[in-house]
Amino acid sequence: MDELKLYTYIAVFGSFSIYFAIAWWARAASTSDFYVAGGGVTPMQNGMAIGADWMSAASFISMAGLIAFLGYGGSVFLMGWTGGYVLLAMLLAPYMRKHGKFTVPEFISDRYYSKTARIVAVVCLILASLTYIIGQMKGVGVAFSRFLEVDYGLGLGIGMAVVWFYAVLGGMKGITYTQIAQYCVLIFAYTIPAIFISFQLTGNPIPQLGLGSTLADGSGVYLLDKLDLVVTELGFKEYTTSNMNGSLDMFAYTMSLMIGTAGLPHVIMRFFTVPTAQAARSSAGYALVFIALLYTVAPAVGAMARLNLMNTIEPTAGQHLEYEKRPQWFKDWENTGLLEFEDKNGDGKIQYSADAKTNEMVKVDNDIMVLANPAIANLPNWVIALVAAGGLAAALSTAAGLLLAISSSISHDLMKGVLTPDLSEKNELMAGRIVMTLAILVSGYLGLNPPGFAAGTVALAFGLAASSIFPALMMGIFSKKMSGTAAVAGMCSGIGITMLYVFQHKGIMFIPGTSFLGDMAPNWFFGISPNAFGVVGAIVNFAVAFIVLQFTGPAPKVIQDLVENMRSPGGEQAISDH
Amino acid sequence: MEKKTTYWQENLRLITICLVIWFIVSFGFGLLLVEPLNEFRLGGYKLGFWFAQQGSIYVFVGLIFWYGYKMNKLDKKYQAEDES
Repeated sequence: MDELKLYTYIAVFGSFSIYFAIAWWARAASTSDFYVAGGGVTPMQNGMAIGADWMSAASFISMAGLIAFLGYGGSVFLMGWTGGYVLLAMLLAPYMRKHGKFTVPEFISDRYYSKTARIVAVVCLILASLTYIIGQMKGVGVAFSRFLEVDYGLGLGIGMAVVWFYAVLGGMKGITYTQIAQYCVLIFAYTIPAIFISFQLTGNPIPQLGLGSTLADGSGVYLLDKLDLVVTELGFKEYTTSNMNGSLDMFAYTMSLMIGTAGLPHVIMRFFTVPTAQAARSSAGYALVFIALLYTVAPAVGAMARLNLMNTIEPTAGQHLEYEKRPQWFKDWENTGLLEFEDKNGDGKIQYSADAKTNEMVKVDNDIMVLANPAIANLPNWVIALVAAGGLAAALSTAAGLLLAISSSISHDLMKGVLTPDLSEKNELMAGRIVMTLAILVSGYLGLNPPGFAAGTVALAFGLAASSIFPALMMGIFSKKMSGTAAVAGMCSGIGITMLYVFQHKGIMFIPGTSFLGDMAPNWFFGISPNAFGVVGAIVNFAVAFIVLQFTGPAPKVIQDLVENMRSPGGEQAISDH
Repeated sequence: MEKKTTYWQENLRLITICLVIWFIVSFGFGLLLVEPLNEFRLGGYKLGFWFAQQGSIYVFVGLIFWYGYKMNKLDKKYQAEDES
């Protein structure tokens, strides 16, 4: 076994044994433990757990790669996935914590005094969360297949088994404390290679500053200017200005990701684990600090990886790398099928350009940029091993949070809340664990047959959450009169139109060949891509709800008082079932 | 009852201020005004690009903490009045 593999095994299995130990220590004994970790998590701890819960395989593995190839266009992910926390801290989290229940559908059920609303919320939640979890499962498979050279499917299986162990055993309590550990693993794994690379390229070890510095090769040229030059020479769009599908689409995409972030149930749920509304507000602040640590490094990682990749393939303009002399990482990634070379002109050298006819790098998957980055930059083996553990931590922590959101919505909202209200606490806990097991199996299957690349799938989940859950929650808090019928109509039409739009361009249930309108810009509504459509769905949701409200009359007095109480300061109850 | 309305109104005012800033730094500076801002530079960064990939995120963090700080003061103020 070579050194790299040994280090990787140590990093991956070392981190796994920490998670197992924490899971065993934090076993859930009650439904309160299982759903909200007993409600006694501090804001700082919760912020870290939210960070891990939130930063998925998409953030860790795919995002910097996307930015590397999109350049400025990649900003939608940076702003979209952070700006949502501002909305969460001001519009939703404190009031929902003040109300004090276990799950998001339960809040909707209380506020809209309706079992129908609860069921609709459960359906929206499951749709959004399942879409999201596919991306995590794919991330687990990619990380395993590359770093431990096991089969993609087997890697997926190992990941599923690990999540199963600590999520089923510990519920929210186990998940919270493992997420804190996972945050530490993933942030080290992400920033250490970035610091090395930033220092190598610019002499400045802080990536956020390195990205704005001059190159260390003595040329005095700014890194970003150099990158712009290199990519435009090969016919690609200029890095710092390359737009993605036009300004309106970027606007809509960013907004969809922001309100989607605020509407994702597995994130909102984490705010139920702190004792007060004040703590919910400060949790959001801490969470964003921990998230920003990665998100402000990501653009540096993306730009530097792109520059390093370009420099490896074409060290100086016109001088191309010979295929036979390609470095080891190139061979490793070819084995995974995520990197493909085709010698079109038969000269044995690698020509990489924007022209599809002459470009010989026929496949450079976005997902490999972060994982290959340390190797491309010739960093020591232990750093590469750390990245493997970090990628797995990111994927597993998010998967666990999503699984909990799904299983609690079924065991608590559907079974206890609607179908079998006399379920005992012990049986509900058992039901939660069984449902979670099933959810792991379903998401594993979807991970084996994934629709699109990891971040693409994830972006869709945001559209679904943005168009259904966020408007319902916001109206529930900010409009006292909003009635149940109106909210249900809003949620159904919001998520309905978003799914219709996505399916008509991407295929029904993503089955290839079933799309009835091709997925290309001329077919898009005002040029808005399917991933960016959530904001339109949300507007439809708001509009339908307010129109229906005019015809059906306002919510009853007792509900208006409930909202009044959510809005007033202090007096939180411990979270409970009743 | 009246007191509660005021607490809520003050809260709404704070939220409005924060969301206006939130919108300006991200959608304004980062997207709509990116081209004119790119004429200016912050080290190697074009300014519009910097807002889109760095600056807006820092402002978001600041906004949440500022809002939390103001709300904690507001909570204390109204709870003290309740007790007196």
